Amino acid sequence: MLIQEHSRPGRRATAQAPLTTADHSTLPQALRRKQRAALPEVSEMQAVRHYTRLSQQNFSIDTHFYPLGSCTMKYNPRACNSLASLPGFLARHPAAPESHSQGIMACLHELQDMLKSVTGMHAVSLAPAAGAQGELAGVMMIRAYHDARGDHDRREMLVPDAAHGTNPASAIMAGFKVREVPTGRNGDVDIDALRAVVGPQTAGIMLTNPSTVGVFDRNIQAIAKTVHEAGGLLYYDGANLNAILGKVRPGDMGFDVIHMNLHKTFSTPHGGGGPGAGPVGVSKRLEPYLPIPLVEKDDDEGYHWLDEDDRPESIGRLTAFGGNMGILLRAYIYARLLGAEGMRRVSEFATLNANYLQARLRAAGFQLAYPERRASHEFIITLKKEAKDFGVNTMDVAKRLLDYGYHAPTTYFPLLVPECLLIEPTETEPKEALDGFVEAMIKIRAEAEQEPETVRQAPHSLPVRRLDDVRAARQLDVAWKPAEGLAESNI
Amino acid sequence: MSSIPSELKYTESHEWVKDNGDGTVTVGITDHAQDALGDLVFVELPEIGKQVAVKDACAVVESVKAASDIYSPLSGEVVGANDALDGAPETINEDAYGDGWIFQLKLSDPSQLDELMDAGGYEQLLADEG
Repeated sequence: MLIQEHSRPGRRATAQAPLTTADHSTLPQALRRKQRAALPEVSEMQAVRHYTRLSQQNFSIDTHFYPLGSCTMKYNPRACNSLASLPGFLARHPAAPESHSQGIMACLHELQDMLKSVTGMHAVSLAPAAGAQGELAGVMMIRAYHDARGDHDRREMLVPDAAHGTNPASAIMAGFKVREVPTGRNGDVDIDALRAVVGPQTAGIMLTNPSTVGVFDRNIQAIAKTVHEAGGLLYYDGANLNAILGKVRPGDMGFDVIHMNLHKTFSTPHGGGGPGAGPVGVSKRLEPYLPIPLVEKDDDEGYHWLDEDDRPESIGRLTAFGGNMGILLRAYIYARLLGAEGMRRVSEFATLNANYLQARLRAAGFQLAYPERRASHEFIITLKKEAKDFGVNTMDVAKRLLDYGYHAPTTYFPLLVPECLLIEPTETEPKEALDGFVEAMIKIRAEAEQEPETVRQAPHSLPVRRLDDVRAARQLDVAWKPAEGLAESNI
Repeated sequence: MSSIPSELKYTESHEWVKDNGDGTVTVGITDHAQDALGDLVFVELPEIGKQVAVKDACAVVESVKAASDIYSPLSGEVVGANDALDGAPETINEDAYGDGWIFQLKLSDPSQLDELMDAGGYEQLLADEG
């Protein structure tokens, strides 16, 4: 039930919307609504019940194991939330002057430094408000760099076929043409194919390492050398940074620009599609193009913003004010709680959990996509055999997992492995949770063999059954329309 | 086992090509490809008159699982696009080799046809990938 369906004319919730009489007399007639907006009119109690009920229907990291590959659904420590919610942070006006903002600017400056140090980059901007925006900022800086050198023919961005879909999308938005590079059978980028396509048209390459197939590309130095020698730059998609945090630094691998997903690696909430934070880090030659604002520390005057005047070559502003402050603060607190030693333990336990889970699933007879490779923080199994033998596909298994109390791993991604599940347990799960997941997988496979309809019709225990996602995509209609009669009374 | 008509030619990226015998070809995706993608929900067709080279991405098919580029198997000019797929992308799932065709090309180099796989070669490719 939608909140609008609880609506009755005249119902109010003073806590949410104090009733005031606004003066519209100065608004030009042409700009005024002809009818009232179809907003829900509900009591406070109805609003509370509605959203509490929705929250109870939700699968979340606070309630369930959530091994959604490539998304790093780790636990979000309560300390990060409570400290970022201190009144001095919450009540600060975004336009408050620097002199009144030294505390929060000190936090942001330290966060810039910590991200620099853990990624091995020369400078960091916290401005991008999401991972995809960080990606766009990254490739825009690559473009700005080539353009500033008069190197206008470098218009081709190389993207491995295992990449996240956002990579080619970001490159195209920044005005590049995308060229795909194939992945070899062992999961590494096909280095010969790469050598064949680099040239004076190459602007750069966008890589995730470990890649989306869950393995660390062993040829990264050869890749960096090949692309750099051709005059291109290396972009690091931070999607899988959790696997190498505190162990290997993208800057040391030869990357020129990186974006980090603070909502993955640095444990800020993923809720509801945002808000996120996607800071970018760069090597020295790209520093002038970093998105603004940046926080700089001056020994005499304290912390201050660097803006258009300080950075005339910047690709510009991506958001109003300084980015998603609440998210940046949570990441800052998380990083402070961990310290450098804690960051190493994050990647150690993330990879230990993934390899334990991989070994147990393999022992249980599930087929690994890259059986000869060690997992990074995530790995892929393919249910090709189960689909063929039992007529039960990956989506059926994913839905059945919900019945057993596990959020499904990522399904059908990366695209190059058929019937795949991409599984990322993260470092915050105890061994019992991993064992429980393996037991559920074994049970589901037995069901697929003995009573396949049970799996094909899953989920059975959730508030909604299988949704018709094909029809939803073909006949997309997300606009709520008031029921007959209700519309009239709202006008 | 998916169907692989013997009179067609095939690419490694799972397009089929029908030689119309008049310097033009019709292109679609194979039965195996539509089956792997699942129910299609959207097709983006190439523009008529567009010049394409071998392996250029020139159309897109989207299912609930994924969006996939369709690559031009040959070089030439786009002379036809299957407008009937607009609003009925499921036609590709139902009849991949017939009503589910995607576009037509006027070839700039008909000898390229010889470089494509025949049905036997494509069957072998699927077996290797299997």
